[in-house]
Amino acid sequence: MEDLSLHILDIAENSIAAGAHNISIVVNEDAAHDLLTIEITDDGKGMSAEVLRSAADPFYTTRTTREIGFGLALLKDAAEMASGGMEIQSTPNLGTKVRATFQLSHIDRKPLGDMVETITALLCSSVEVHVLYVHARDGNKVVFDTREIRDELGSISLNSVKAISVIRGYLNQEEDTLAH
Amino acid sequence: MGKIAIEDLAKIQEAARYKIALRQGAGRVRINVHMGTCGIAAGARGILTAVMKEIEARNLHDVIITNSGCAGLCSQEPMMTIEVLGEPAPVKYVLLTPEKITKIIDMHVLKGQVVKECALALGSERTR
Repeated sequence: MEDLSLHILDIAENSIAAGAHNISIVVNEDAAHDLLTIEITDDGKGMSAEVLRSAADPFYTTRTTREIGFGLALLKDAAEMASGGMEIQSTPNLGTKVRATFQLSHIDRKPLGDMVETITALLCSSVEVHVLYVHARDGNKVVFDTREIRDELGSISLNSVKAISVIRGYLNQEEDTLAH
Repeated sequence: MGKIAIEDLAKIQEAARYKIALRQGAGRVRINVHMGTCGIAAGARGILTAVMKEIEARNLHDVIITNSGCAGLCSQEPMMTIEVLGEPAPVKYVLLTPEKITKIIDMHVLKGQVVKECALALGSERTR
């Protein structure tokens, strides 16, 4: 993976494969503590303690747990390359939370990449999911919640390329407000 | 920041009037971008965005865009599968680039001509 936004998309695709209806993605860039934190939380089917133990093992893959795959192993590796780490909390039938930390200034820390592309890609996944996206950088914050749009517009569906195009434009503007 | 602006909401509402379904409905064409770990690492996200932009630019109302996981041919990623109503079989396109997407949408989706040089394979084996 070239950048962290691709890792995030990959982990969120796991969430969708695990039957999640709600996915929350929180990215926090904290220069004061030289820390980048990524948290992806879902309400998917979760993992048992046994599966959880092997979830980040790249050589652990069977047909029945195929949706776990390589993704977590790659994110863990990316975090550890940047003096960080990854932890997973998961409860069967309740959901999973993946948290990865990185030393923000580490020379091997991958760039964050294009979060707008990641969020819009999630919006056209094969199953409709609610996405909450928070991107904080040194006190400034972008918050995007598909529920907020639905609350404002009623039972409107976001599944059209036009709607996603509007959201892409909106998110790009919001991300620009975080510029250093 | 914070709440999404009223004008943006209005644009989304306007957009919803177009019947360009992404994942359900009886579209004439179904485009499925493979978004497993392998696909994402090889550039599937850019391919998905390129597909969305091409469909929007051409104002196509009968194309469903969706995505799925690894299809088991990781070395051929990024891949997408196109199904057209009435065609005998879905076509898998491999080793995609945004440039190839433009061509495939023009030729296959609009004109019904499979872009052979981008397809994984065509037809079944023959001995001669």
